[in-house]
Order: sequence, then structure tokens, then C-alpha cells
Amino acid sequence: MIIDEKNYMHKSWWKIASALLLIYTFVCGLLLDVPNLPALEETIRNLYFHVGMWFCMMTLFILSVINSIRYLRSFSLKYDIYARQYATVGIVFGLLGYLTGAIWMSYTWADPNNPSFQSFSAVAREPKLIGTAIALLIYFAYLILRDSITDIDKRARISAVYNIFAFAMLFPTIWIVPRLLPSLHPGGQSGNPALDTRDIDHRMLAVFYPAVVGWTLLGVWITTLKIRINILKEKKMMQ
Amino acid sequence: MRSLNHIYSLLKKDLLLELRQQYNFYGVLLYIVATIFVLYLAIEEPEPKVWNGLFWVIQLFICINAVAKSFLQESRHRMLYFYSIAGPRDFVLAKLLFNSLLMLVMSLLSLLLFSLFLTNPVQKTGSFIGLVMLGGWSLSLVFTFLAAIAAKAQQNAAIMAILGFPIIIPQLLLLMRLSNAVFDPALTIPSDTILLLIAMDLMVILLAVILFPFLWKD
Repeated sequence: MIIDEKNYMHKSWWKIASALLLIYTFVCGLLLDVPNLPALEETIRNLYFHVGMWFCMMTLFILSVINSIRYLRSFSLKYDIYARQYATVGIVFGLLGYLTGAIWMSYTWADPNNPSFQSFSAVAREPKLIGTAIALLIYFAYLILRDSITDIDKRARISAVYNIFAFAMLFPTIWIVPRLLPSLHPGGQSGNPALDTRDIDHRMLAVFYPAVVGWTLLGVWITTLKIRINILKEKKMMQ
Repeated sequence: MRSLNHIYSLLKKDLLLELRQQYNFYGVLLYIVATIFVLYLAIEEPEPKVWNGLFWVIQLFICINAVAKSFLQESRHRMLYFYSIAGPRDFVLAKLLFNSLLMLVMSLLSLLLFSLFLTNPVQKTGSFIGLVMLGGWSLSLVFTFLAAIAAKAQQNAAIMAILGFPIIIPQLLLLMRLSNAVFDPALTIPSDTILLLIAMDLMVILLAVILFPFLWKD
């Protein structure tokens, strides 16, 4: 097993950029003017946090599948560790996306006359919730499959194959399902579910794009730390 | 041409095995009969919507049972033998073909039993039979590949369900939406959704052909 040593420290400009962008997101996201819309009101600021989580999750899952492909092309075990860690952190961001969404939902969609437990089944039918649930289930299954095999090379190969297969099936899913079902989310049946610029006020775009980039860089940063820890652990086991 | 020959021989081998050791076929058949009989006792006359949902969920479970064994039955030594006489692509294509045939038979049988026991709310019989065949085919393709993964991971059929359910949800959703049109004579079946399903099936075959060689090596 060859795991080459990499010095990550000299390429730290994007970590500084991530921190600055997130500081900008928090300060300007909470202070700048936002359009005053009925029902949404000030909760609209959650856009910078909630949607950022989803972009970060999708980026991490895409990076995970790219590393699985790299593994199958080179059979170098470090790519297997990369793929697994990107998947794990992607799941964390997916759960955070659900959490921020749940907070937002409790102020906007939830029926005030109904306890939230009872309105769950109505809200859970949301196509975007379904799509994310599928994605999270796939990556949980990926983790279970990967950890159920003891042989290192076999584990890496089989889980890489599943990762690629599942991702290839997931992509049409999150592309099709939101356009198929009625939704409470903006976008959906008529247009692009995530990147419709007509949907969003221009004042908000100035914070939204930096927020998405900042959260994504933060996700990648966390993952590189986890990758380094795991590569060190593997090395310790080898000795 | 040679690879066609290989696929044909491997398919023939699977068919012959199925004919000689019939317990697998009858096992799945008994599973279908028992499940539908239990449903019949539990609910007598389901509404079309319930009928539709139950039908496709039962198809899903039948598929897992019918397909799960396809790779597990091949022992290590026999796999090595196949490796020496045919390529992995021929092998996986033969398996996909065989499981498609098996699942087509099983879906049609379960449709027959379903309409026998649980009444028949279907208005457009011809198009529904076509849909059932398409659905059975889609299910069998996805689960054949997952059976290969589960067999290589030396896991039981339970992991197939874990791996497969999230992947199959979109296709099941599309199938259920399509078959909703069958219960109402006023609705037409959207042909672009059918094309989408066929495109997804072709994608699964392509992925299986590309990815199976990596699973195969030991």
C-alpha cells in the first residue's frame, strides 16, 4: 500500500477565503436589506445557510464519486479514503440542511393550528425532501456496505463500484423527481429547482453566491482534515 | 460473434440449471402465491390506488427474492472457470438476460394472481400488461447488478434491500404514476415517461457492463 505524503499547508489561500466568505455571509447576511415578503419576512435570511448546505452536500458527493472513479483507475488506496470521507462529510451537511430547513419550515409552512408532529407527513412529501432522503439513504448504504467488508482491497473496489452505480442512478433522480411533483419550494415543476435567477432578488444574490462558495470550501476543508487523520491511522496500522 | 455465442451458452446453462433444479423457481412462485393470499385475507377489495401501490411493492419483493440467488449460487471455483472461458461482460449480460426473463414470467404470474384474488380495477388491460413487463424488466436489471455486489461482499439478501431501495425509488415512482393512468379510462399514458424508463434501463445495462469487470477480479 502506497500512501504518499502530501504537505497541505502551503496551499492555504482557499481556507482563508472560506473563513472570510463565511464571516461576510454571517455579517452581511444578517445586516443587509432583504425584500420584505409575506409569510417569509426575515426568515428569508435562512436562504444563505439552508441552500448553502445543499450545495455543499452535492459538491462533496460529486467529489466522493470522482475519487471512486480515480480509485478504479489507479487502485491506489488513498482515493478510497478520500471517497469515504467526502461521503461522510456530505452526509453531515445533508443533515444540517434538513435541520436548517426544519427551523425555516416551522416558521413558514407549518400549520400553526396543528402540532408539528402531525404536519410532518404532509411536509415530508416534498419532492426535494424525498430527493435528499434518497441521496442520504444511498450514502448510508454505501457506508454500511464499505464497513461490512474486512479485506481492504476488496472493500475499496466493491464500495467504489456501488458509489459510481448509485450516483449514476441518483443524478437523474434529483433531476427528474422535483420537476415531476408539486412542491412548496420555489422552482420545481416549471423551471430549474436550484439556480433560477429570476426567483431571487439581486440584493440577495450578492450574499448568496459568496455564501455557497464559503460553505462548500468549509466542507472540503473539514474533509481534508479527516482524510489526513485517516491516512495517518492507516499508516499507524501498517507499522 | 464469439461474445454472442458465450452469452448464449451461459444463458442456456442458467436455463438448464433452472429446469433441472426447479426448487428455486417454485420457491419464488410459492412466495408470490403466499404473499398475495395473505393480502387477499387482509384486505378484500382494495381501491385502485391501494391496489396499485401494493402491486408494485409486491413486485419489488418478488424481484429481490427471484434475483438474489443469481450470483450467490456460483461458487468461487465455478466463477474462476467462467473467467477462463468467457469475459466478465458476457457473463453479466447473460445474467441480466436470464434474470429479465425470469422476472418477466414472475411479474405476469403475479399480475394474474393479483387480478384473480384482489379483483381487477384495471381499465386498459393491454397497456397495463406492457407496463408490468417494463417494470419487471427495470427491477430485474437494477437488482441483478446489486446481487452481484452483495455476492462479492459475501452478504445476504438483506444488504440488497439496503443498497437497492433508495436506488429504485424513482423508477417505482414513475411506474406508479404511469399505472395510475391505467385505472382511469379518461387519462392517457404519457409516452415520454415510458421513454425515460427505457433510457434508465439502458443506462443500468451500460453501467453494469462498465462496472462488473471491477467486481469480478479477485
